[in-house]
Amino acid sequence: MNKPLRRVAIFCGLLVLALLLRDNWLQFVRADELNAHPKNTRVRIERYANERGNIIVDGKPITGSVDSGDEYFKFKRTYVDGPMWAPVTGYASQAYDANQIEKIEDGILTGNDDRLFFDRTLSMFTGEKKKGGDVVTTLNGAAQKAAFEGLGKNTGAVVAIEPSTGKILALASTPSYDPSSFAGYSGKDEKAWVALEKDKNKPKQNRALREIYPPGSVFKVVTAAAALEAGKVKDIDASTDTPEGWKIPLSTLPMKNHSGGCANASLNEALRISCNSVFAKLGDDVGRDKMVETAEKFGFNAEQFTPVRSAASVYDKNADRGGNALSSIGQFNTATTPLQMAMVTAAIANDGKLMKPYMIDQLRAPNLDVIKQNEPEEMSQPVSPENAQKLQAMMENVVSNGTGAKADLKMSGVKVGGKTGTAQHGEKNAKRPYAWFISYAKTDQGSPVAVAVIVEDAEGVGREDISGGGLAAPIAKAVMKAVLKSRG
Amino acid sequence: MSVVTNTTTIGAIEAPSRRNTELALLAFAVAIPVFAYLNVGLALDGEVPSGMLGYGLGLALLATVAHLVVRKWAPYADPLLLPLATLLNGMGLVLIWRLDQSPRLIDLAKRSYGAFSPSAPNQMMYSAIGIAMFVGVLLLLKDHRVLQRYTYISMVVALFLLLLPLVPGLGTDVFGAKIWIRIGGFSIQPGEFAKLVLAVFFSGYLMVKRDALALASRRFMGLYLPRGRDLGPILTIWAVSLLILVFENDLGTSLLFFGMFVIMLYVATERTSWIVMGLLMAVAGAVAVGSTASHVQSRVAAWLDPFECLKTAPESSNMAYACDQMTQVLMSFGSGGILGTGLGQGNSDLIQFAANSDFIFATVGEELGLTGVMVFLLLYGLIIERGIRTSLAARDPFGKLLAMGLSGAFALQVFVVAGGVMGLIPLTGMTMPFLAYGGSSVIANWALIGILIRISDTARRPAPSPAPNPDAEMTQVVRP
Repeated sequence: MNKPLRRVAIFCGLLVLALLLRDNWLQFVRADELNAHPKNTRVRIERYANERGNIIVDGKPITGSVDSGDEYFKFKRTYVDGPMWAPVTGYASQAYDANQIEKIEDGILTGNDDRLFFDRTLSMFTGEKKKGGDVVTTLNGAAQKAAFEGLGKNTGAVVAIEPSTGKILALASTPSYDPSSFAGYSGKDEKAWVALEKDKNKPKQNRALREIYPPGSVFKVVTAAAALEAGKVKDIDASTDTPEGWKIPLSTLPMKNHSGGCANASLNEALRISCNSVFAKLGDDVGRDKMVETAEKFGFNAEQFTPVRSAASVYDKNADRGGNALSSIGQFNTATTPLQMAMVTAAIANDGKLMKPYMIDQLRAPNLDVIKQNEPEEMSQPVSPENAQKLQAMMENVVSNGTGAKADLKMSGVKVGGKTGTAQHGEKNAKRPYAWFISYAKTDQGSPVAVAVIVEDAEGVGREDISGGGLAAPIAKAVMKAVLKSRG
Repeated sequence: MSVVTNTTTIGAIEAPSRRNTELALLAFAVAIPVFAYLNVGLALDGEVPSGMLGYGLGLALLATVAHLVVRKWAPYADPLLLPLATLLNGMGLVLIWRLDQSPRLIDLAKRSYGAFSPSAPNQMMYSAIGIAMFVGVLLLLKDHRVLQRYTYISMVVALFLLLLPLVPGLGTDVFGAKIWIRIGGFSIQPGEFAKLVLAVFFSGYLMVKRDALALASRRFMGLYLPRGRDLGPILTIWAVSLLILVFENDLGTSLLFFGMFVIMLYVATERTSWIVMGLLMAVAGAVAVGSTASHVQSRVAAWLDPFECLKTAPESSNMAYACDQMTQVLMSFGSGGILGTGLGQGNSDLIQFAANSDFIFATVGEELGLTGVMVFLLLYGLIIERGIRTSLAARDPFGKLLAMGLSGAFALQVFVVAGGVMGLIPLTGMTMPFLAYGGSSVIANWALIGILIRISDTARRPAPSPAPNPDAEMTQVVRP
């Protein structure tokens, strides 16, 4: 009987071997996948097991963490001025995962990041409770407040950047939401979440980073930059040789202007009174490829990581001549995020040098040791310093003598440059137009702030009254003022 | 002078009893769980758990009693079986105690049953009864061949045990499986004991009939089929036990019995045709049951792709439940990784229902990691190996068959349970021997170890020195 016995022994050995192999497959090969699986509650349990680190603005936390005594998720996230800061923080919900900074820097905030290993080990010996690290942002509380309150009940977004560094100073989006309202996982949280999901105004949408809008006239500064860079215009005060009623290429339609005096207007004048014909013709003269090149140097056609991802702004690479001419005045397929327009403004204000926009200044361990310090990073040089100064002169002209008068700070030693935009959109431009405004403030020490403001749908304002200069410029002004004030 | 050689089946002359080896191993088998217990306490509350002394002493006492009994009544027994079983049982107690501390499971119990009672003290008591059973086996069963006399009685007893849960008023239905009976507040799983009794019956029967089954056969389609009269009784009991189990919704056990039956038949007759037939019957049975029983279908769906099935299964259906359970178990294993989270620091309680019984292996996976699971699998592998070695060494066919049947059943049970929770095969509700919470399982498995120890003692015992052979004595030559 021993022969079959030995065979059965081998069979039993194979059974155990199969189990061992399966276990290696499960716990070695598939471990990471299973561990990070969205259905795996452990990720969330871990996220809330310890006091979560905070997101810091101006040295003060804008988030908090309370011990909820729950058996699954011990700590619950709280937010200070949740709606105002939501576009920056994102949310961390026990039921609905997390996004933006809360998600991207989850490792630091929960304290599980490898860079905190030493810190963790140390606190194991000192017996301290494990705590998450902090994320220190570049934002400016006063500017954010001015932006958020300036938008008020309107739908829109504001992005403010420090041109010399690329630090994001304000990032507001309205209507907003309070991430505290669904931070837990109770029925109440679910109700709040579902209501937000169903809301037609999309309050959870981060308009400052993720929404792309037709820029309309504010895009003309990009076209102006391209024209200067391509050498199509050398003297901004020289006539551009553009007839009134200039015909769109490949079309019989003339390019309409909203104001008189555009015939053969100089670049400076054309920007001041926002001549469509002049810029459409310039865009056509520069040519599609050069336009695309300049736009892409400003950051178009690419997602930006601040590190929160922004949508890619669009300048059509395949447009025909007519399309390109329309694109040059911010119509056709041209679409941009508010962040993108703030980057354009910042690059011009910074004498042509575009700094990579970022909103996380440093990551800190619970003991306040700096784990990572982000340094300003040059992204590109879309325009030469001389041309940038020409652009500045023109934009300052817009504020002092043109459509952007409402943004003038009227502070001594501070020059303000800007550009308005009123973007038609929708089928046959039937929808209420978007009001745009971009501007920067400049002192002898360079430019401290560049702002882009969009107001999507102004409540209680007649269609005819919607204009970048009227609605958006005061918000930009308030934001710039707040930044200048906080600098002293 | 002629040399007298005593050839025993294990070859060694004056085989050492290895009792001291066993004692040393037992010390480890007690120390490791106590250390693990301390570990859990420190991880959960940051202090030495208050029950540690009681737990350690209890386990040490049980191990000592078992060891002394083996030393006295089975001195030549295999030295590994007792320490291995003790270690597994001790670790099982630690894991069950650890899950008792989970606030989530406490809450779940309160919500579902209105009250929570810790399982670890019960398991400790079951372990004590298990050791008593082990001692009882060794004391009462002086020679395993005695069991041979009860071949047909065993058959009746096995059938009786298997039928018990179907008796109205006695059997209880727990989540569709009718495998428990309830007597005076205690739930008993007769199937666990039936396994032992059935092994005795198969061994006794096959030992007598093996020649008839192997030789008196008809050739049919290239296979040797035994005569109906030889095959009849054994097929009947197999079919009956299988049918009962299908009615009781316990497919794991039915698979186990079937496998044990095929293995023993193969060993007894040395005919490969049995394996072929066995596999064919298994496939036919699986297809038949799989296409009719809905709860098997959901188990299969949960096995094929639990995450996908969770998305497609109708809300709060049985299938969704089975799939959700499986995803939780898999994620528990996955979250353990190579080294595990450490005892007391995992979240295997997310599995919720049956976390400390059917799914206890997931806790091993999460808290002790790949390393821990492999250790446990190898411990089980060692028990199986020692069991088969005992079977090889046994000098009588009945002992061989019985040891093989028991170790084969043990191996299959480990495979079916561990393979089920790790998603290698569809999940069937069974318990991991010694590790999982459950009185019947612990007690029956201690009895199983007892029987194996008894057989191995007989096998390794040096053959009595032969009576002096008068012929071998020096012939006295009387010289004239």
